[in-house]
Amino acid sequence: MLRRLREFFDSRGFLEVETPILSADTVVDRHLDPFSTEIDGIGRLAAAGTAACGCAGTDVPSAAKRLWLQTSPEFHMKRLLAAGAGAIYQVARVFRRDELGPLHNPEFTLVEWYQPGDGMDEGMQLTGELCEAMLERGPAERMSYREAFERYVGLDPHTADVAALAAAVEKCGVQPPATLAREDRDGWLDLLMVERVQPRLGFERPVLLFDYPASQAALARVRPGNPPVAERFELFVVGVELANGYHELLDPDELRMRNSRTNAQRIADGKPSLPEENRLLAAMRSGLPSSVGVALGFDRLVMLAAGAKTIAEVMAFPFDLA
Amino acid sequence: MANYSTSDFRKGLKVQLDGDPYIMFECNFVKPGKGQALYKCKLRNLLRGTVLDRTYKSGDSLEAAEIEEIQAQFLYRQQNQFVFMENETYEQYELSAEQVDDAWKYLREGMSCDIVLYNNHPISMTPPNHVVLRVEYCEPGAKGNTATNVSKPCKVDTGAEFPCPAFVNIGDLVRIDTRTGAYIERVKE
Repeated sequence: MLRRLREFFDSRGFLEVETPILSADTVVDRHLDPFSTEIDGIGRLAAAGTAACGCAGTDVPSAAKRLWLQTSPEFHMKRLLAAGAGAIYQVARVFRRDELGPLHNPEFTLVEWYQPGDGMDEGMQLTGELCEAMLERGPAERMSYREAFERYVGLDPHTADVAALAAAVEKCGVQPPATLAREDRDGWLDLLMVERVQPRLGFERPVLLFDYPASQAALARVRPGNPPVAERFELFVVGVELANGYHELLDPDELRMRNSRTNAQRIADGKPSLPEENRLLAAMRSGLPSSVGVALGFDRLVMLAAGAKTIAEVMAFPFDLA
Repeated sequence: MANYSTSDFRKGLKVQLDGDPYIMFECNFVKPGKGQALYKCKLRNLLRGTVLDRTYKSGDSLEAAEIEEIQAQFLYRQQNQFVFMENETYEQYELSAEQVDDAWKYLREGMSCDIVLYNNHPISMTPPNHVVLRVEYCEPGAKGNTATNVSKPCKVDTGAEFPCPAFVNIGDLVRIDTRTGAYIERVKE
């Protein structure tokens, strides 16, 4: 499957790249928790590094001894884009804390690719083609986040208030977590997504769900409008979320603002905050080309191809045996 | 009282909910895209047997139930009470016919069983997976018939009846699987 995947990208002119798993930077996401570790003698290492490359590493936080295992290769791949790498892809090992279940393993394989110049339409097209090439389940059908909620929940996810969302949760017989706050609108949308929408997506044909609520943009750009929507899409096959794509955010100030907002949410959730300044921001300030970036869970892809029910079945050493 | 947070959630966890002990018999981790992690759990009430569906989000916690499992041997039955004695402390525990449920079929004196205690009171018991019982009555089998696919009801010394192969006779010892009630083999004295 890896060979077929590489052929797919190689034949389309993508360059395969490798980027660090261990980094001083990490993605700031409300619901992603990275593993961290420490390194000794960082001052000596940093000095040696700058001397070797002949560049004054002004933006290297020299005191930083804390390093992060990457939750995705996103930051480094975007730094490559900013440096003019063009279309790139990577098969990367990534790490996420506290994620363990039938479709989750704390260490897993992510396929991530970036195509400069692409917009939402081209990005979804390529994702659908990859899915067809790998799984042979026919061309993907497109459905907006709003259409999916109208069809399976019976409400408009962009305009419905929390009371309406909570009523819909109750109507489908689901007991919401007692700690789910009334003002956490995205939390209620997530609950409906998990209970009502996702289990129905992608059975006849793969589904590309697009135009997410602006509050769930993460690193996607937001398209102004009424309502404004996040230019983000996800691929679903037989109820399994397989890939997530962004029309990438380019504005460093916007990212900086989202990082601090996300950290505020993390602190409210009782989680540690994550560094808001990073070298991706520097790359964005120097100019990131407009692109679409997509990440696909390779273990889940293999699971679906093999007709398995859990990713543990297709991993030689799942977490409990690793 | 100890608490379990969502990262401790797993099958078999015993928790306290609305004043009753529950066992978590299913726990599924789900996480939508960039959304928050949810744990979809199924819990069985250890006193009533009723089942609850509950969804928890990452960081939630549940109180641990004061549940202990002990080994005790069956002493005797007194009408609707079954009396057991803990192997180490000789402490005696009484279970009702309702709590023992179908397991009465397998209970012979001296048999070692698992008993679940909730706040030090017995709430359920499980017999060993395999037990040996003596056949007290059955129709005589046709001579020479050693086929195992023909079965007949055999009454054993606990008063229960189990289907056994035709060659089993009165006075024989038979091994029974207590999880299915199925005959396994004939046992020599």
